[in-house]
Amino acid sequence: MSPRSRVPVALLVPAIIGALIALLPIIYLVDVAFDRGLAAVIDELWRERTLRLVVRSVGLTVAVTAAAVVIGTFTAWAVVLSGLRAGTMLLVVFSLSLAIPSYLSGFAWISWFPELSGFVGAFIVLSLVTYPFVMLPVAAAMRSIDPVQDEVARSLGRGPVSAFFAVTLGNVRGALTGGALLVALYTLSDFGAVAAMRYEVFTWVIYGAYRAGFNPARAAILSLVLVALALLLTWGEMRARGATAPSRLGSGLARRQRHHLSPGFSALSIGVSVIVVALGVGVPVVSAVSWLMRDSERGLSTTRLVSSILSSFQIGVFTSLATVLIALPVAITAARYRTPTTRWLERSTYVAHALPGIVIAISVVYIGIRTVPSLYQHIPLLVLAQVIVFLPLATASMRSAVEQSTASVEEVARGLGANTFATLVRVTLPIAMPGILAAAAMTMLSSVKELPTTLLLRPTGVETLATSIWTFSAVSDYAAVGPYAIALIVLSAIPVAVLTATTSRVLRAS
Amino acid sequence: MNRSLRRFIAASVASLVLAACSTASDTSAPDTTPEDGSLAGETLVVYSGRSESLVDELFTQFTAQTGIALDVRYGDSGELASLILTEGKASPADVYFSQDAGALGAVSEVGLLAELPPDVLEQVDERFRSTSGQWVATSGRVRVVVYNPTLVATPPAGIDDLLDPQWKGKIGYAPTNASWQSFVTALRVIRGEDAARTWLEGFAANEPVPYEKNGVVRDAVNAGEVSLGLVNHYYLYEKIAAEGADAVVAKNHYFLNGDVGGLVNVAGVGVVASSAKQTAALEFVKFLLSAQGQQYFVDRTFEYPMAAGIDAYFELPKFDALNPPAIDLSDLSSIEATQQLLEEVGLLTR
Repeated sequence: MSPRSRVPVALLVPAIIGALIALLPIIYLVDVAFDRGLAAVIDELWRERTLRLVVRSVGLTVAVTAAAVVIGTFTAWAVVLSGLRAGTMLLVVFSLSLAIPSYLSGFAWISWFPELSGFVGAFIVLSLVTYPFVMLPVAAAMRSIDPVQDEVARSLGRGPVSAFFAVTLGNVRGALTGGALLVALYTLSDFGAVAAMRYEVFTWVIYGAYRAGFNPARAAILSLVLVALALLLTWGEMRARGATAPSRLGSGLARRQRHHLSPGFSALSIGVSVIVVALGVGVPVVSAVSWLMRDSERGLSTTRLVSSILSSFQIGVFTSLATVLIALPVAITAARYRTPTTRWLERSTYVAHALPGIVIAISVVYIGIRTVPSLYQHIPLLVLAQVIVFLPLATASMRSAVEQSTASVEEVARGLGANTFATLVRVTLPIAMPGILAAAAMTMLSSVKELPTTLLLRPTGVETLATSIWTFSAVSDYAAVGPYAIALIVLSAIPVAVLTATTSRVLRAS
Repeated sequence: MNRSLRRFIAASVASLVLAACSTASDTSAPDTTPEDGSLAGETLVVYSGRSESLVDELFTQFTAQTGIALDVRYGDSGELASLILTEGKASPADVYFSQDAGALGAVSEVGLLAELPPDVLEQVDERFRSTSGQWVATSGRVRVVVYNPTLVATPPAGIDDLLDPQWKGKIGYAPTNASWQSFVTALRVIRGEDAARTWLEGFAANEPVPYEKNGVVRDAVNAGEVSLGLVNHYYLYEKIAAEGADAVVAKNHYFLNGDVGGLVNVAGVGVVASSAKQTAALEFVKFLLSAQGQQYFVDRTFEYPMAAGIDAYFELPKFDALNPPAIDLSDLSSIEATQQLLEEVGLLTR
């Protein structure tokens, strides 16, 4: 693809707006953190404890990212290339892991295995919750690999394993690093798992500053460290992604690639898949079902269950529409015009993803109540906060979708006289549609399980599935939690189905 | 692609319509106080750190009696305090109802709570209200040792006895529980930082067993997994109410000798200073302190009532007999320092 240097204004302006929205929390953080001057900031940071937190947070992030890359690559391979019959079914089941909130999963694990508290527990829960971030893009990328490359490598004397590492992984590199970045940022920002496991990392201390210190300034200062870590990670990822995006030369369709496995290896793959699903989905789902068996102090209110489902669905749909619309220009410019400007725009949308939800919520509270008080604690501001949280998910998914379509088709369209806008609507968007749908589905999924911004910014009195789960688990009424947890997982199955359908469509198309 | 896209769009549009309808009904006419001075028809926004399952019935009773509607935002007490601090004078909240005194202390400290009139304040013992008159306690809970009498002949007489090697590995506690952390805060405030650290180090050396929540600690004691548990008084009575007295062997030991271990912490309420509905908000506070409100807490939570001459649950020691350690409850707001100390001695995080 030929990177062109001039970004059309029609794309650049909305992309800049998207990036600015994503940076809103940073404005708040700087404002509040430096309220008492630079000296106070340095005083807050220049402690042995800060270093310890950096070491712990980075350690957990590295470990979880490594595990998610391994599990995500394996599951993608199992779904796409292994030749296991149940490929598409497997993709659905593997993706369900995304639907399970880390606070629910963390709680399920700790109540069954209390001895796991600490690093090990946080590592297990986060790896299982995040590997789909790697699996989904990598599976999509694996499907578009031309098997000829693998055959060439094999004919040049490479063994199957060696060819896998050289050719297959080489081809999915961009998808892999993009997914890994999302995992890393998610891990930095997660509170649910580390709270259940009592593992002291940045988010633990930041939540403590709000809940126990009533000290937003301190939380802001510590959050800026997370922002710095996020910048470092996005910079590293852009280096690792490499300069070239994978593409096939020439026209026509590639054959579907399948690895032929020995029976033993096949059995092993099935075994590992079953374990991944049992740990990632089985443990929390079985817990939720077992809660149903317990006695509740109060009967289930069907009205409340239904209204929670509706609110969750409604907020999820708004959030996913808004997120996709705002992320699309960023994704297109990042994929098609590789200039320093577009790189910075894309990077800006990622930064907030390392911030714990409560920080984004509080920053939207701070800015919203001062600028648009009439919208405060109404749906639009809640959606705005969630857009900020989920922009990178949508950007990443759509960018790789746009990248995978060849730019030459657009050039043909322009050559035939279509202007930039017409090319966008009639060529670029349709080609990227699976990626756009996947982005919408992933955002919806994440929005439905999102807790901290929902808790603080929802209209007063509105309950969602996530807030209901929180309410009942706060008083240990797990019998009451059960139906909401199950409804959450079932509701999430809708976006998972969209996600899977679009990913498998890529398969059939190629 | 087209069909699923169309379906997706149809679903989105349907929910947009749904949302538009429900948002429209949300934004009802602005509240106006009727000319005749009646408060019926007003709507109060309550930020409640007390959980919905505990208080929504009481809130419904309030609306039925006064005609004042309540819009309740439930959340963690501390998070709601931080929310009010961030909102500042523009806060939509009229009332802040908190699970513990520390969070109320943090909000009143910066002047965001209104001073309550004497006739409200004086309903509550001065130990259990803000020294600056900005909040009052609505109910109280006392820290106890829950013990298993088949394993323990004489429960410890004070917290220093908990450091005795005979309890090594036999004490259960809930490290993340707010009431446990309030107790440690009281320990810091009363004995000083160094003495508190020494006690905590001794406690940690005795290898106490961490549990997820107070209720789990109580169950572990009842099952004989551990001999003693550091919890609030009411967990035992909740279990007896749920499972019957025959199912419960565990007993509460109350420190009646002024020991720090017998701290009484409270849930309390304050009126947000920037609220335009001070009168209605005060009605709400008065309702919580009324015989009806107080009796509700006694019946539902087994907590100690704070006003209206209501008696505590009959199984409990008389409130006057409790003899809790003397402390200004607003001082319990330094919970973050407590958490840091707990982290340093290895009792909070891994």
